Amino acid sequence: MDHLSSYLVLSAILFSLGLYTVVTRRNAVAILMGVELILNAANINFVAFSKFVTHNLDGHLISVFIIMLAAAEAAVALAIVLNLYNDRGHINVDEANSLKQ
Amino acid sequence: MADFIFWMIWVLIVATAGLVAFGNNLIHSVFALMGTFLGVAGIYIFLNADFLAVTQIVVYVGGILVLLVFGIMLTNKISTAQISQSSVQKGLGIIIVLAILVIILSAVLSHDWTGSIQPMNFTDTVAGIGKLLFTDYLILFEIASVLLLGALVGAATLARKEL
Repeated sequence: MDHLSSYLVLSAILFSLGLYTVVTRRNAVAILMGVELILNAANINFVAFSKFVTHNLDGHLISVFIIMLAAAEAAVALAIVLNLYNDRGHINVDEANSLKQ
Repeated sequence: MADFIFWMIWVLIVATAGLVAFGNNLIHSVFALMGTFLGVAGIYIFLNADFLAVTQIVVYVGGILVLLVFGIMLTNKISTAQISQSSVQKGLGIIIVLAILVIILSAVLSHDWTGSIQPMNFTDTVAGIGKLLFTDYLILFEIASVLLLGALVGAATLARKEL
């Protein structure tokens, strides 16, 4: 817990699992969950470097803005997902190849 | 003791994130995601980021996770608790992701981080964050408020029935 590398390895694994979720899932909400994993991995890195390397609060500020962006992104993405479901009855992204049919 | 709790949280995050990535039931995945978010909040506490830990719980667990559950419930015909999900191109995906993981890990582990780096123990980050937010990051803060307003108005417009 006093070594930067334990946080960096955790964030690398979290990022990889998020990336795997994004590239393989078919359900749009599941892909959104993968994006949240990736953003959390980035946040861990920012805060860990803030504590171990830069010794100031800039990394915390960036993390606050990332959390804010994630909330906005989730709201807009879910609105789009609901429209997709109303339009064609499923939210499988590999079959959604046009904006309107 | 603190070491033990740290590694428990570490394992919790990896296990629940693995369930998000590899699980077959969408409901199980979204509840595993709650474990990941709470674990990341615990990691923030170990990094002396008290404000961020509370923000993580309030925004992620209280807000985004509820939105995700809404999204799942509104886009499935719910007859049982089992909402299955499938994946495509698992083999290719795992090869590419493992390659990226190896690149990141080799970069992280090849560098000697312990050399000149001393951890800084913040005691109270709220005052510092507030001060920075209204001095150095004021423009970013204002842009973020406009962006949030735009995103939420956009989401409400998109979700209307008579689009």
